[in-house]
Amino acid sequence: MTMEIMEGSIAVAETVRLCRPQVISAYPITPQTHIVEGLASIVADGRLDAEYICVESEFSALSACIGASAAGSRVYSATTSQGLALMTEVVFNAAGMRLPIVMGIANRAISAPLSIWNDQQDSIMMRDSGWIQLYAEDNQEAIDMHILAYKVCEDHNILLPAFVCFDGFILSHVFEPIDIPSQELVDKFVGPFTPYQKLDVNDPISFGMYATPEYYLEFRYEHDQAVKRAAEAIKKYGKEFGEIFGRDYSELVVGYKLEDADIAIVAMGSICGTVKDAIDEMRAEGKKVGLLNLRCFRPFPSTDVAKALAHVNTIAVLDKNVSLGAKGAVAIEIKEACYGSNIPVYDYILGLGGRDVRKKDIKKIVDLAEKGEGDMFYGLREEVL
Amino acid sequence: MRELRIHGRGGQGSVTAAELIATAAFTAGVYSQAFPAFGVERRGAPVQAFVRFSDEKIRLRSQIYEPDYIIVQDSTLIHDVNVFAGMSAGGIAIINTEKDLKYNLPEGVKLITIDATKIAMEEIGRPITNTTLMGAFAAASGEITLDALEGAIRSRFDGKLADTNVSAAKRAYNMIKEGRV
Repeated sequence: MTMEIMEGSIAVAETVRLCRPQVISAYPITPQTHIVEGLASIVADGRLDAEYICVESEFSALSACIGASAAGSRVYSATTSQGLALMTEVVFNAAGMRLPIVMGIANRAISAPLSIWNDQQDSIMMRDSGWIQLYAEDNQEAIDMHILAYKVCEDHNILLPAFVCFDGFILSHVFEPIDIPSQELVDKFVGPFTPYQKLDVNDPISFGMYATPEYYLEFRYEHDQAVKRAAEAIKKYGKEFGEIFGRDYSELVVGYKLEDADIAIVAMGSICGTVKDAIDEMRAEGKKVGLLNLRCFRPFPSTDVAKALAHVNTIAVLDKNVSLGAKGAVAIEIKEACYGSNIPVYDYILGLGGRDVRKKDIKKIVDLAEKGEGDMFYGLREEVL
Repeated sequence: MRELRIHGRGGQGSVTAAELIATAAFTAGVYSQAFPAFGVERRGAPVQAFVRFSDEKIRLRSQIYEPDYIIVQDSTLIHDVNVFAGMSAGGIAIINTEKDLKYNLPEGVKLITIDATKIAMEEIGRPITNTTLMGAFAAASGEITLDALEGAIRSRFDGKLADTNVSAAKRAYNMIKEGRV
């Protein structure tokens, strides 16, 4: 293992190169831009034998990926926020056509009002699209999850697209030490792409055709079953990943000082790092707080969550998104997973549109949860309301 | 963990400075993390960039509010931004200025002023002060060595541009080390 220091976006671009996609199509958008600029340079410099298709919109970017994937190519795209929103129609098509596309999401808030800064509303918006959704705590996880995603998605028992989500700016623009694996190991793990079926003029088939009422329900059932099966596939290949690369991804939820915790914080993405530092400080003060890091939001690992949280007496969920008129999307899932346990689950909507979250905020949230105060937007500036 | 906050104006290379300081620290065996204050990249506008140094893997993702060190690339920022915010005793403030001004420093913070613009003009031929101030930071803080800093500069720039930036960094480094500021 050789650690190097580099920007997260460049690390992602270099790792995508190692996965040997044959077609890349993307449209630049802040804060994803450095990834696709990096990949465009890599292809132009001849460091990756791929077709880089320049397009006029994100809708076209994913459409090009869908065509190329259906024709039997390994493909990659990356986007965020409004770009993902513009893709919406084809996001659902890619999943329904069961194409193993991997797409990086440098998570960013959604307009209006315009915000280029981080939260996770964009990928959460695609909750019901039938894509796998993985969330990275740091850039090492972001690149590892790209490699893992290709392996999982291309399994003929899965055949699904995946979002690899990493917080925009907070991860995409940070310089930090990272281990970029060797080409040899990535080749060994991912291997060449073997399409289950593909567009072929000599053996014509159709993707995403008309499904009449006699068939549509069954298509949706089989799609749902595949997303559910992906949980075991991620665990299996995550374990294999650990054996090859030395970093284990065999769990969809990862605890930190959770075994003996009274209060559990549940979170997704880069905020988990700040939470861990806050937990160390709270532990030093005698507070038994732990973290459950959700690495995978779709499929949602309900059973794993319920098991990991069964012993705690309070759950505080940090949501960098909000299902307006309801709660944060993570809290809704956690409440469902813990139904019948009588453990109170409090939701804290925070960090939206790039609002910084500090250790002291995590401590305040734990104090609130202890007092039974939750289901709130945390950190509101009352003076501007 | 030690923390550095760099104050500059868009176009002065504050983000590059943060990245190169983090690179220098990491290549010398310390965990480091560099990132900008996001989304304010307009030429001339006040910008910030941040660096963390630690003997352990860095997990913290928030911005830096209580820096051990600050670098101020343009002393006129002091009228607009509280560059000393969050500093406490033992901290070091490095300010690029030609004037001997009185600053409202927090108690116990060591002030180092250096005419980095003059050095940059003489060594590089442009008023881009980031590498000069990186040399001053290396000498004043001890967080990075001059060798590691030179390596980081040469990893980013080539040829004459690298040479002149290294010269500027070395000159500032030696001035601080020899107490000539």
